[in-house]
Amino acid sequence: MSWRFFHRLPVVSMSIFIAVQSDDFCLASEYDKLRRHSACGAVVTFSGLVRELSDNTLHSMTLEHYPGMTEQALIAIAQQAQSRWQLGAVHIIHRVGTLKQNEQIVFVGIASAHRAAAFAACEFIMDYLKNRAPLWKKEHTASGDYWVAAKDSDQQALARWE
Amino acid sequence: MIKILFFAALRERLDCEQYLLSCEGKMLQVADVLQQLQSRCHTWQQELSRSDLLCALNQQLVPLTASVQDGDELAFFPPVTGG
Repeated sequence: MSWRFFHRLPVVSMSIFIAVQSDDFCLASEYDKLRRHSACGAVVTFSGLVRELSDNTLHSMTLEHYPGMTEQALIAIAQQAQSRWQLGAVHIIHRVGTLKQNEQIVFVGIASAHRAAAFAACEFIMDYLKNRAPLWKKEHTASGDYWVAAKDSDQQALARWE
Repeated sequence: MIKILFFAALRERLDCEQYLLSCEGKMLQVADVLQQLQSRCHTWQQELSRSDLLCALNQQLVPLTASVQDGDELAFFPPVTGG
């Protein structure tokens, strides 16, 4: 490819922001950061929360992670999304530590020129995060503490991207 | 030395967070390391034989055929459940 050709390609600046933290995050301020990204006409965000169990016995949940690897895995997933769709910005925040019912666990925000890429990338990132990022949930319930078992449905969700 | 880390349910069942293994300068496969760990006792044998066990070498997921050497960080853990 000659430099002239290269020069004529549209300039897309892509930013990735990853955080693994015990602190909560603010949806409004995350959205604000994403919508300031230049050349973006769409922002899609997803937030995952601590859900009550079917028998209403959940006290809280503890999220354990592999420090260092978790961040690297999330960066790799964001880069994979970036290589599949033209995206302006990818922000991923995952909380660790002990969280109560309805507390925020995870945030994925995508800014892109058009909505289709942002919706798809957001789903792609959540599907990969659930199967590849080293994080584990332990539920604290009225009858004891239990590690959450991995779901086959999460594994199957990856198939649509292969 | 190879630094071996265990996480989540596996860490609890083994009652071990970190284990140091001397490889005496030899090049090993993850499967060889696993075999040495399994020989420690019945619990380790059982827990480290699970078919859904995941392995990371220097913080990257790898198959059991990956090569390990002195100074590497190896981690074993159950299927992930974040998100």
